[in-house]
Amino acid sequence: MDQAVMIDTRHPLETPEGTDLSLYPAGFWVRSLAYTIDWLIRVAVVVATGFLFSASGIGQGMTLVVYFLMEWFYPVYFELCHNGQTIGKKALHLKVINDDGTPVTFAASLIRNLLRTVDFLPVFYISAIIASLCNRDFKRLGDLAAGTLVVYTNPIKPSPAIDNVGVRPVPEGFSTDEQRVLVAFAQRSATMSGARQAELANIIAPLVAPGDPVVAIKQMANHIVGRRADSP
Amino acid sequence: MKQSTFEQLHAPVWQALEAKLILLEKGQKPQSGELREFASLFRKVCHFHALAQERHYSSFLVDHLDNLVVRAHQQLYRRKHPIWQPLLQFIVRDFPALVRQERQAVLWAALLFVGPLLGFFVATLVNPDMAYTVIAPDQAAQMEAMYDPANRVLGAARDSDTNWGMFGFYIYNNISVAFRTFASGLLLGVGSGFFLTFNGALIGAVAGHLTNVGFTTTFYTFIVGHGSFELTAIVLAGAAGLKLGYSLLVPGQLTRVESLKRASHVAIRLVYGVILMLVIAAFIEAFWSSNNIFAPWQKYLVGAALWLVVLGYLIFSGRERSHS
Repeated sequence: MDQAVMIDTRHPLETPEGTDLSLYPAGFWVRSLAYTIDWLIRVAVVVATGFLFSASGIGQGMTLVVYFLMEWFYPVYFELCHNGQTIGKKALHLKVINDDGTPVTFAASLIRNLLRTVDFLPVFYISAIIASLCNRDFKRLGDLAAGTLVVYTNPIKPSPAIDNVGVRPVPEGFSTDEQRVLVAFAQRSATMSGARQAELANIIAPLVAPGDPVVAIKQMANHIVGRRADSP
Repeated sequence: MKQSTFEQLHAPVWQALEAKLILLEKGQKPQSGELREFASLFRKVCHFHALAQERHYSSFLVDHLDNLVVRAHQQLYRRKHPIWQPLLQFIVRDFPALVRQERQAVLWAALLFVGPLLGFFVATLVNPDMAYTVIAPDQAAQMEAMYDPANRVLGAARDSDTNWGMFGFYIYNNISVAFRTFASGLLLGVGSGFFLTFNGALIGAVAGHLTNVGFTTTFYTFIVGHGSFELTAIVLAGAAGLKLGYSLLVPGQLTRVESLKRASHVAIRLVYGVILMLVIAAFIEAFWSSNNIFAPWQKYLVGAALWLVVLGYLIFSGRERSHS
């Protein structure tokens, strides 16, 4: 495995059709933000139920049942009926799937949400954080047992906003990952000083000589995202 | 083949797939003809995706195809979730069969629960102070007040609103306890073992204490009804938890993670049954156990019948008939 693959979080998965799916597991920070959103919603629902039914005699029992459902079955419901996404996960473009890439099943969803109890221990999901930092796919204990993954729904798509400095075909032998690097450089060049751009681009200067390597990279990036010489 | 030629030739195929995906993701029901087309489109796009990767076409194209393949994979390998027929089959056949299949874990859990229960019951009868090793004095006083025959109301003990309130409480409390007993099995089985032992000891001590005080009729007529479902369910939840712990300790030829994964997919099915049993128990506890219209002998009779039903169900239901 080359280094790019080692440091990438991509989770490659071969399908029966003989091609590779690319899944991008989400780390604990974005997941805890999603959890916070869900937690606020759950609290709001329980408090609202308490208020609405406080007048009637069955209010207390009703509130406890709602509290019970919110604590254990809120995530299960959303993961099964709303495409693997609780409200918080949807807001942050995350979803739960089985680790074979298929939509999450009832058993898996229930396992991961019941084992949440252990992930929480001793406080504030410390077990979950430690577990998710110990494996490549950021799985907490519940995910390990259930065989589930939390992934980004749309891997950050390259928006082809690159300086239109012309087009230049990419020389043979640039792998797909290397092409991604070229596009990423062209897109992020606006956030770097000219000197830094030149410094980085100089690494491949021998491959694109003669000419300014910064411009050459941008031209190749334009070619990669599909611009052609005839289209402005 | 140049990338631009490749795109010109095949773009209609992946555009067609994308159009179908957008429809499917909105949850629209496709017609049967369309579905057949979907599978063949998907296979073609998978092929193009693999080609594009292998030929090092631009990452932009590869990423686009990648996105389509992932989305189509999710649509094609979606599992259907029919509810009623499998549920019935689960109750009648699969759950009792599973309990018998996992009898080793179930027997260990029962031992961890019933052992301390009987131990503390007998110990409290012999030496009343033993009760206070597991229950706090004010808790004991509360229990005494609850089951004091002098506080007993004749007729239906509570109005129906209170019954519903208590039903909610039993659902919330008992099922949460069962879930925690199960989940803490992940701690190498120690958590489940602890919850089983502790709850067994607690119930044993309370029963012994109330027997010493002489409130036997009120206490035993109350618990005999729902005890069958509730205590059995707690034992089964503990058994499911022990199974998780055991799979981590003794993974055999599998990796520990793989072993845990397989065990938890079996154990969770025990938990389905536990949930059903505890909902039944909460009904009985809220609407029958608290009802004082019936004479004690009637309540004991029904209680005994319920125990026979639960044990008979778990032991005999869903056995394969032998045709020999």
